[in-house]
Amino acid sequence: MRKISDWGNYPVVEAEVGGFDSVARLQEHLSEPGELIAYGNGRSYGDASLQERVLLTRRFNKFLSFDESTGTLCCQSGVLLSEILEVFVPRGWFLPVTPGTKLITVGGAIAADVHGKNHHLEGSFGQHILAMEVMRNDGSVIRCSPQENSEFMQLTVGGMGLSGVILNATFRLKRVETAYIREETVRARNLEEIMECFEASASWTYSVAWIDCLARGDDMGRSIMMRGEHATLDGLVSPAHKAAPLEPRRKPMLSVPVNFPDFALNRWTMQAFNFAYYHKCRPGLHRNVVDYNAFFYPLDAIADWNRIYGKRGFTQYQFVIPREAGREGMQHILKRITDSGLGSFLAVLKLFGEQESFISFPMAGYTLALDFPISLAAMDLFNELDAMVADYGGRLYLAKDSRMNAAMFEKTYPNAAEFKEAISLLNRGEVRFASLQSKRIGVTA
Amino acid sequence: MKTVLILGATSDMAQALARVCVAKGWTVQLAARNQEQLAALAGDLRVRSGQEVVQVPFDAENMRMHAAFYAGLPEKPDVVVALFGYMGDQLAVRNDPEELQRTLTVNYAGAVSILGIIANDFEERGSGTIVGVGSVAGDRGRQSNYIYGSAKAGFSTFLSGLRNRLYPSGVHVMTVKPGFCRTKMTESMDLPGALTAEPEQVAQAIVRGIEKRRDVVYTLWMWRWVMLIIRHIPEFIFKRMKL
Repeated sequence: MRKISDWGNYPVVEAEVGGFDSVARLQEHLSEPGELIAYGNGRSYGDASLQERVLLTRRFNKFLSFDESTGTLCCQSGVLLSEILEVFVPRGWFLPVTPGTKLITVGGAIAADVHGKNHHLEGSFGQHILAMEVMRNDGSVIRCSPQENSEFMQLTVGGMGLSGVILNATFRLKRVETAYIREETVRARNLEEIMECFEASASWTYSVAWIDCLARGDDMGRSIMMRGEHATLDGLVSPAHKAAPLEPRRKPMLSVPVNFPDFALNRWTMQAFNFAYYHKCRPGLHRNVVDYNAFFYPLDAIADWNRIYGKRGFTQYQFVIPREAGREGMQHILKRITDSGLGSFLAVLKLFGEQESFISFPMAGYTLALDFPISLAAMDLFNELDAMVADYGGRLYLAKDSRMNAAMFEKTYPNAAEFKEAISLLNRGEVRFASLQSKRIGVTA
Repeated sequence: MKTVLILGATSDMAQALARVCVAKGWTVQLAARNQEQLAALAGDLRVRSGQEVVQVPFDAENMRMHAAFYAGLPEKPDVVVALFGYMGDQLAVRNDPEELQRTLTVNYAGAVSILGIIANDFEERGSGTIVGVGSVAGDRGRQSNYIYGSAKAGFSTFLSGLRNRLYPSGVHVMTVKPGFCRTKMTESMDLPGALTAEPEQVAQAIVRGIEKRRDVVYTLWMWRWVMLIIRHIPEFIFKRMKL
């Protein structure tokens, strides 16, 4: 038995933990009856990969093949996105989609159907999967792709590991000339301005905004938009960059060695941080060339940053509301959040593009993600926010969730009932895939 | 450009080491008993490096074949890293002569045998690096795993003697003591986070040690101090402790 949690350190469970590095070993695990769930690198925030019995996928991490002419990569599900970048960026390839951390497994990226700063143009990670193999609860292996066993594929992309254990996946990397991003940062004084800025930035491949969720009144929604394009060779200016366009200098890793005490993060320290962060960026537009780690993964440079929230843990509340409801809805919801004063420094706003998926999170509209230290007051606030999000026709991201109830899930995910039915059919037998989350939101019994 | 022979290449630490080596542009030769697992790792390394990877069968327990194994390598390595080891259940080792034999052979005699053969060749060439993985369990005998620990202690003593012998000929001998490591042996256990290394950290420490020609490497610095204290607890107190 081992104590295990996901990134938010909430909840923490005592679990029987086992891993595998071969198909045969995985089959052995699946020959023992009971419930279990796959656990990748523990970067989902809540309890989506927690359960009394947990299956570690991290050691199932071999590259299987790579076609240099098309960029088609096939690898096992425990490979981290960071490993893909380390191996392939120096050879001129980049991930088709990446979330704000590279420390997640390929299996996790598919199961949560993660999105990145390019969602409005290039969709979610799952939409780039050409084929994959998944082990069912009876130990059999099913191969699926958008053409072959496509229904099973739909249940697995965004399916939070409930249809089976993803074994390997094939997807295409994208060609890049350099490891750098041509970045523009724009400061917006309020919500109105930042939303206009998103609309105006639609043609940029990557766009995202950091938003100060503690600023109120006229300043409410003040933010910094970051948008970027992969830099071409001609786009590099610094001689150091030009000398090694695909191999940026490694920066030293920082780390948070111990849990912060709970009082370290309070309204005043966080307000001070947000004030400084906002004003560090001068008004107007700034152009910069930065390496991909600085642009996509600023927080990965600080190991164990989740410890700043202390032992109590934290959660990230991430919702999306349809674009039509955008202005009014965001104004309304953000007001409720800033009034509460409970938010912290990490709040991210992004405009999604269209996505027609069976059970994935993204939809055309605005998504906002905010970190909250765990507290009773925050839990009450979430319940209020849930009602608002549902009213506007939005929903919550399962990869971040640790507390949504079944009614909210059923109301906001249009295929919830069908998904539940399909998963219960797949899970017939002695071995069932289920997580604390799937039970809480009523997908599994 | 170095050629690194990894003995016991199917362990998690070995896999991590092989990956760090190919990322540095070094050539690796993988040796272990299980050819199927070795082939999977070799495939992974080929995708990573775009280079051929040599794969050879090797059994630490079959000492009579060690000379032939080394003679049969397609190319003589610059660096050899012995990463094989066997940690059985202590109670089984105490009561089952075969388990005992296996523990002593894999962790001590087999390692001494193959590294002795390679040492002779390196000494003649006047260059090369030999890396052996000892264990903090060998720094002091504790009731929970003293048989394994004593084999590792013997191996550490062997390495220190070998280092002494080969120093004049310019051959580098390094002892690695990994402490707790997250591998398949330990993944189901609750280990103290600050004292537990990922296999990648051990691999990085080994490569750094090879480059800087270190003698003894503890992969996490805390372990050097933890073991310093444990080694200096007087025996009359130590024997009463439950470790």
